[in-house]
Amino acid sequence: MSKNRKYDAIVIGGGHNGLVNGGYLAKAGLDVLVLEKRPFIGGAAITEELIPGFKFTTFSYALSLIRPDIVQDLNLAEHGMMTLPMPNGFHANAEGEYILLGDDHYQNYHEIARHSIEDAEAYDDYAHMLGRVQHAMKPLMDRVPPNPYSDDPADQADMAEFNEYMEGLEPDVQEMIQRFYTGSIADILDDYFESDLVKGYMSSSSIIGTMCSPRSKESGLVYLLHVMGERDGIFGEWGFHKEGNGGFTKVLRRAFEALGGTVECDVGVEKVIEENGKAVGVQLDTGEVISADVVVSSLDPRRTFMQLVDPATMPSELIGAIEAFKFQGSASKVNFALSDLPTFPGLEGRTDIFQGFTNIGPTIEYLEEAFQDALEGRISKRPFIDGCIQSTIDPDMAPAGKHIMSCFVMYTPYHLAESNWDTERETLGDIVQNTLNDIFPGFHDIVLHREVVTPLDIERVVGITEGNIFQGELFASQMFFNRPAPGWNQYRTPLSGYYQCGSGNHPGGCVMGGPGKLAAQQILKDRG
Amino acid sequence: MVKRTPFHERLEPLNQPEIWEHWAGYLAAPRYQYSDLAEYYSTRNAVSLFDTSPLFKYKFSGPDAEAFLSRVLARDIRKCRVGQAQYTIWCNEAGYVMEDGVIMRVSADEYWLTTAEPNLRYFRKLAKGANVTIEDISTQYGVLAIQGPHSLSTLGQLSDDIAELRFFRLTQTKMAGVDVTVSRTGFTGDLGYEIWVAADDALTLFDAIWEAGKGYNMTAIGSAALSIARIEAGLLLIDVDFHNARFAWTDAQRETPYELGWGWMFKKLHSDDRDFIGRAAIEKEIATGSSRWKTVGLAVDWRDYDRLHREAGIMTPKEGVLVQDTMSIYRRSDIPWQYAGYASSFMWSSLKKQHVAIAKLPFDLCEPGTEVDLEISVIRQPQYVLSRVVELPFFNPARKTARQA
Repeated sequence: MSKNRKYDAIVIGGGHNGLVNGGYLAKAGLDVLVLEKRPFIGGAAITEELIPGFKFTTFSYALSLIRPDIVQDLNLAEHGMMTLPMPNGFHANAEGEYILLGDDHYQNYHEIARHSIEDAEAYDDYAHMLGRVQHAMKPLMDRVPPNPYSDDPADQADMAEFNEYMEGLEPDVQEMIQRFYTGSIADILDDYFESDLVKGYMSSSSIIGTMCSPRSKESGLVYLLHVMGERDGIFGEWGFHKEGNGGFTKVLRRAFEALGGTVECDVGVEKVIEENGKAVGVQLDTGEVISADVVVSSLDPRRTFMQLVDPATMPSELIGAIEAFKFQGSASKVNFALSDLPTFPGLEGRTDIFQGFTNIGPTIEYLEEAFQDALEGRISKRPFIDGCIQSTIDPDMAPAGKHIMSCFVMYTPYHLAESNWDTERETLGDIVQNTLNDIFPGFHDIVLHREVVTPLDIERVVGITEGNIFQGELFASQMFFNRPAPGWNQYRTPLSGYYQCGSGNHPGGCVMGGPGKLAAQQILKDRG
Repeated sequence: MVKRTPFHERLEPLNQPEIWEHWAGYLAAPRYQYSDLAEYYSTRNAVSLFDTSPLFKYKFSGPDAEAFLSRVLARDIRKCRVGQAQYTIWCNEAGYVMEDGVIMRVSADEYWLTTAEPNLRYFRKLAKGANVTIEDISTQYGVLAIQGPHSLSTLGQLSDDIAELRFFRLTQTKMAGVDVTVSRTGFTGDLGYEIWVAADDALTLFDAIWEAGKGYNMTAIGSAALSIARIEAGLLLIDVDFHNARFAWTDAQRETPYELGWGWMFKKLHSDDRDFIGRAAIEKEIATGSSRWKTVGLAVDWRDYDRLHREAGIMTPKEGVLVQDTMSIYRRSDIPWQYAGYASSFMWSSLKKQHVAIAKLPFDLCEPGTEVDLEISVIRQPQYVLSRVVELPFFNPARKTARQA
């Protein structure tokens, strides 16, 4: 072993959580090596120039949930972090109806009032309620969750403190947290809004990346998680990172390296090496062994517990929980290089309408139908699309006058009932393109290039089981106390010195960095 | 897209600085000429015209309208007879103020209410089951405020019904051939009227009033001049002097009617059997004396204010001083910086030749004449200036309420 290279810590996987984790460990003075299997870092947060001049955000495509303390702690602004605000959000249907919301309170009021004057007013009540819930929940996003299954007095004290915090919240806030945690977003929205178009718009965050519909009881929590982000202190606001989310992970790499960390790409890890019940390093797929006191997996829970280590050496109830952990990826990406901007009837020539999320999923009914297809193992005939044309804000995303459009698409179940993704890839591309052409007539004519990324592609390329973009469903049963498994929600594993820091851990998926940061806290605490 | 009031076509060419601000999603002028003070004085010396159309307007009609409003509004609407208007407020169940507004009883079963913020859904939710129809008529009407000593001389030319109109009374009449509803109300604390007109007739009415006002130097005024007038009048402004309890985060941001100086609305509470929203909490507040502070006027000692600036080597700022934000007030004592309360509106009153403020102070500091220290900034340094509690309003001319205006 003495000939082996030796680090204080090795992080497996150079996605955003791996880099954040490495960054915190390096900041604490550890000699850290991040290993990435692909030729470049970023994981599912990459920007690729697939055709000259057009920068594709192949997978993730916007930023909101990145924890604000990470930005400060790792000095990310110094390393080029730049989150460009989205001034507008656009929600439209194929009948030419739309809602365009921006930053001005009364402009939004009058815009919603075109659809329902009561909804325009309800929007303020809803936002106020949501703001109070977000404010109450935020500290929970930024702490190691307590372990309710432990008899350790320290854990029990931690749990008591958590309960005290929750019980100390105002009763109506507690009630709403319960409703978001256990109920559907449709149920909550029905209390506030009457317009189908308004409700459709409001519900879109409730299904992102998750096998549920706005009427499923899982959708409240998916919604809440997506609005827990903030941009410049405003909850629920999103931004584009300069040059896409790949631009952001490059910032993380620079920050990590500036703290003395080392990144190696094109390096696959075969397994974690164990000696005397302790992780002592990793073995690469080249056979090389690198030693380390600490090994951190940013891979998904399935790979962390069943691939990088021998599951037979793990407690059987943990392996049982990991086997039961649901991935079932349901989202895809279809990205377009465009010769011009799409045109919406009545708003011809308006660039500003595309400067935020372009939401295709007009009503809850529409989303329900799309979900029904998925339940039966089919691609949604009329899919939900979250479109982004970042080049309307960031000119470096596409050649001058041309555009790049990222489309997040649901539902596209990983397990197709009667076909497979290698066959259906372009079928998906056609469905999305046709749907866009229905909303934006003439869309077909401006498409220069199309990239289709199916759940199978996400699994193959990024390595996330079943292509789930969050490294595991955001179901209440798989969150907080139970992410990724009951009793193993504090970034440790049964193997001493081996930790987990991927999105399969609290607080979960999205380009958030929370798991990476909290895992580092835990590692540093354990080192004393 | 930003909205335009029914009078915009006429007001747009009057706006010399060509600066517009947004008020509830409408274009509104902060000023129409370069001197806020000159605009302000038109209200005290001649006659001013202010476009108040962006306010939200609601119509309550039906046999249960009175019963509904007696439950929802904190002030007793049953005392408001046909042809009368009422300055009113509504509270939440905890007895904190949500909003204020002026309500007019235009017929036995019909009321019109103006509010600063949207309330249609709020009222409709409370009206479930009651035989009352609540409509948002905000865009159906334009409203002009014609205020100042010559407001009657101006409007009297257009209708014979104005001269008789008493304070907080209204009349439905015709001006320049169009139907109007005129109330003797306003936000300036002066003699004045507010005129509702159907949006389609707005320009006809505007032209007639503008023509009638010419001989009296009628001046269009913007929000800055109005602010000066309303502070002198001791009229509280939402989001400045108080905040809607509906959107506050904690009770520290909420205020009760008693704390805001609206206790007079409940003088006859003992003989008022209404079960209105917030009643139990308000009664408890009265019984236990749990009000946290009172709203009072503050007059700054001019010598002290002058001294602070002279010692710093600068002229004493007067014209243009208008702060609609919080400034801290301290107890006068040997121990410095003992926080006592705050001012929410502070300005130089050119008319009173005095710096004045609307302030919130604890009970032991509320007696007129009580001395406190108001924190101001003199060349970037915090200083406190001697101030005395005075009665509100600061300015209250007899003509405002005179029977024969």
